[in-house]
Amino acid sequence: MDIKRFIENFADLFDETDPATISAATKFKELDEWSSLVALSVIAMVDEEYDVEFRGDDIRGSSTVEDLYKIVNNRVMSFS
Amino acid sequence: MATITFHGVGIKALSACVPPEVVYNRDLGYLIPEEEIDKTINNIGIEQRRIAAPDVTASDLCYKAAVQLMEDNGIDPSSIDVLLFMSQTPDYRIPATSCLLQHRLGLPRETMCFDISLGCSGYLFALSTAFAYASMQGVNRVLLLDGETFSKIVNRRDKVDWPLYGDAGTATLVEKGDYGESTFMLNTDGSGEEVLKIRAGMRHPITPDSCVEREWEDGSIRSDLEVFMDGMDVFNFAISKVPKSIKQLLKETDHTIEDVDYLIFHQANRFMMDFFVKKLKIAPDHVPYCINRYGNTSSASVPLTVSSELAGKLGGEHTAVMSAFGAGLSWGSVIMQMRDCNVSPVIEY
Repeated sequence: MDIKRFIENFADLFDETDPATISAATKFKELDEWSSLVALSVIAMVDEEYDVEFRGDDIRGSSTVEDLYKIVNNRVMSFS
Repeated sequence: MATITFHGVGIKALSACVPPEVVYNRDLGYLIPEEEIDKTINNIGIEQRRIAAPDVTASDLCYKAAVQLMEDNGIDPSSIDVLLFMSQTPDYRIPATSCLLQHRLGLPRETMCFDISLGCSGYLFALSTAFAYASMQGVNRVLLLDGETFSKIVNRRDKVDWPLYGDAGTATLVEKGDYGESTFMLNTDGSGEEVLKIRAGMRHPITPDSCVEREWEDGSIRSDLEVFMDGMDVFNFAISKVPKSIKQLLKETDHTIEDVDYLIFHQANRFMMDFFVKKLKIAPDHVPYCINRYGNTSSASVPLTVSSELAGKLGGEHTAVMSAFGAGLSWGSVIMQMRDCNVSPVIEY
């Protein structure tokens, strides 16, 4: 799994946030546009792109985009 | 998983009733920052909802819907053998509300009545029960009343739940007749009990403390007597279970998504339903919505959508899929061959 591609998928979920400002280290909950509805679209994206189930606690327990990536990556690895 | 197939029973008629009071989500400035209101409405797809007056219950809305259904179809009350009331907002804890409705509707004392309690998936489970009784020797007609008034159990300062829920009552008449096959698939996962819950009950007895409103992590206000929902967990549950279970139902009954004339979802929120539509690759014009006008009416939302969007359209034969999911966790779908189903338009009470 490629973290660059994951960051692109993540950045695609925002309408007003410049994708160039989102990196692995971005604390996503501090983004102006972050909301509980964007959180739902993260869950949907992870299901669609990686066929991984994301729970509320996964998002609540994560701080950076890389934290999210690691959870998805671990689950992809454990199923493959 | 319970997979149940019926022949020779079907939905003869359906009706729905909503309260006249309209609440607009654009007026939620006290709950959601003004600049986020449009986006929220756009995402959840709910512009307005109907809220029952303090003295109007789910059974009142169901009663009106039932009277309308009987009038529109010339149904003699004495021909109803079984009355089911599906709700999580009944009139009382004792007695069962279906008993009150038997008397109020003038049904004979020979009518078998009982209540069913389940989350937003409730209509599918109750409908399968109605089909089961209607299939039995000795029963010809079952009247299923499904209504909810979540406005009475959701705190108006709950950011997650208050923008979503509306009130409605519905009536569905199931009977023996020249109907094709209907197959239900009904599922349960009780490990998800915490995701959608009213905490106070018998396990956690109701005390004066249960009524105290508290502020939660997300800034929502609610008491232990009111609905709590973890929106992200419900979303994850629904997107991981619902499309797969519909695909499985189609496969096991030798159908493809192109065979489906109408796919009626529990109107949870628009964003979620759009996701299902994309996943299932069904043409959007086969998926009726009424969430923009009525919100999420819990288990009443499937029959409310039929009444609101398909009145006058279900003459002749149609293949319909209905699918709903909710607290429990619980989810279910049915594929049915509908025939000359007389749908009354939504009324107000």
